[in-house]
Amino acid sequence: MSEQAPGRPASAVRQIFLYALLTVISLAVLVPFGWMLVSSVKLDAQVFTVPIQWIPQEFHWDNFTRIWSRVPLAKYLMNSLILSVTITALQVLTGSFAAYGFAKVRFPGRDALFLAYLATIAVPWQAYMVPQYIMMERLGLVDTRMSLILLQAFGAFGVFLMRQYYLTIPDELSEAARIDGLSEYGIWARVILPLSKPALASLALLTFVNTWNDYMGPFIYLTSNDLWTVQIGLRAFVGVFDAEYAMIMTGSVISVLPILVIFLLGQRYFVRGIATSGLK
Amino acid sequence: MASTPPTLLEPVVTGAARPAAPKPVRRRRTALVGWSFILPNFVGFAALTLIPIVATLGLAFMQWNSYSTPEWVGLDNFRRLWASETFWMALRNTAYYAVGHIPLTLVAALGFAVLLNRKLRGIGIFRTALFFPYITSLVAVAVVWNMLFSPDAGPVNQFLHAIGVSETPGWTTSTTWAMPAVIITSVWRDLGYYMVLYLAGLQTIPGELYEAAEVDGAGPWARFWHITVPSLRPTTFFVLIMLTISSFKVFDLVQVMTEGGPGRSTLVLSQLIYREGVREGRFGYSSAVALVLFVIVLLVTVVQFRVQQRGEK
Repeated sequence: MSEQAPGRPASAVRQIFLYALLTVISLAVLVPFGWMLVSSVKLDAQVFTVPIQWIPQEFHWDNFTRIWSRVPLAKYLMNSLILSVTITALQVLTGSFAAYGFAKVRFPGRDALFLAYLATIAVPWQAYMVPQYIMMERLGLVDTRMSLILLQAFGAFGVFLMRQYYLTIPDELSEAARIDGLSEYGIWARVILPLSKPALASLALLTFVNTWNDYMGPFIYLTSNDLWTVQIGLRAFVGVFDAEYAMIMTGSVISVLPILVIFLLGQRYFVRGIATSGLK
Repeated sequence: MASTPPTLLEPVVTGAARPAAPKPVRRRRTALVGWSFILPNFVGFAALTLIPIVATLGLAFMQWNSYSTPEWVGLDNFRRLWASETFWMALRNTAYYAVGHIPLTLVAALGFAVLLNRKLRGIGIFRTALFFPYITSLVAVAVVWNMLFSPDAGPVNQFLHAIGVSETPGWTTSTTWAMPAVIITSVWRDLGYYMVLYLAGLQTIPGELYEAAEVDGAGPWARFWHITVPSLRPTTFFVLIMLTISSFKVFDLVQVMTEGGPGRSTLVLSQLIYREGVREGRFGYSSAVALVLFVIVLLVTVVQFRVQQRGEK
């Protein structure tokens, strides 16, 4: 609702009211993070107090140094990083490659194939995770990183997102390159890819964050502690030391930090990616 | 980038007019080239998505667990489902979650999008704030909210006390209040994502519509109902479908917050599939549950599609 018609300045009072309202709403939405942050530097006994101490009496920054010896968090972070980077790289590569086939090369059966891709996006993963699990079990891949990489690297999502973007690139560009004697692979690599940097960034960021945050996949497939991701490790810690409130919050803060940094750096790509694809 | 968000549900665009039909040899070559682009992704996609989807259809009619050989049993699995109290419980809980999660998220996302869709200095900061919960790790989110909902000295109940509620709910420790706690958390987490979709939709509405309505004397409320809401119909339709799919497959949040408890009060269908299929190794039975889940999602989507089409006429 763009209520302010162009040329009619909003009154100052209205604007102040609007800012106040937006500030209250935003703070309300962010309160859980504030509480998490505050609790992460408290002692366990100070986390649940009546009334809430929004400013701790004393700051226990040592929580952030002690946690590394309490939980093998460094290992978990590393595992999450390995999975996220590998899956993101494969998804971006195979996704953008396949998208070129769907968007710029015309051949019989192409659109039917694309519909098959689309249709599976609407099928909940839970509906076919059991056969997947059986396959992985037979291949001896359960409890290996490979299982998750295979499961998540070839998603239809990347193909879909990149195709939508390629369609906005005029065909004249690839036609011209074809006349100049470039092969289709050359056109993809030298014309289309450089033009689709924003979409590639969106896809990479969305895939990275989704993999980093994924709980169900690692929960089902990774049983040995050595392979656990941050999410699984944090959950396990909560399960065992459920009264160490402060330490739990410290771990939560650490698990969120990488995402926060990535998000702030690439914010516009997230938003564009979602708006383009309408999908996560 | 395209200004309208193209969605899944739009027809496949075939591109500009093609040149005169090429010769057969060239056509075969083009087909080969086309396939070669798609193949690296398609191999993984076919093996790990297409085939398992088809396999679910078959497995649902078989008796099979980790140690036996698969055996065709017709509708047996579904008869067992029908008679299983746990299945109905999970189905009811999933429906409960959906009925809470879908409308609340939709209204919150639309409301915030309308509020944030204006040219104002620093508006981006507010958008970022509302979007941020969506991309944070779910485990951290679930763990924090679990503590916020803590019955005795949790901040939520302290707040409720402060505004005069004397009998505060037990939230995740209570069979009645565990699901509302999960729903509140999920709405908080997801609204930013759908808000972004709505913001994209709002930007496609021409400003002249509002100006004309204002000239005709329509107030803000009338403009919202008669211009904003109808213009957003395609976005709303898409949001509804995405919300439906994500509600029926909810797993992570429930698993981390309540593990389906207390008792079975928040057990949802996807947890049942996981427990039966992965933990107990009852492949046939769990596939039957999975098939039911899929059919429900499909039916709800088809109904929404019909309603949307009728609305357009």
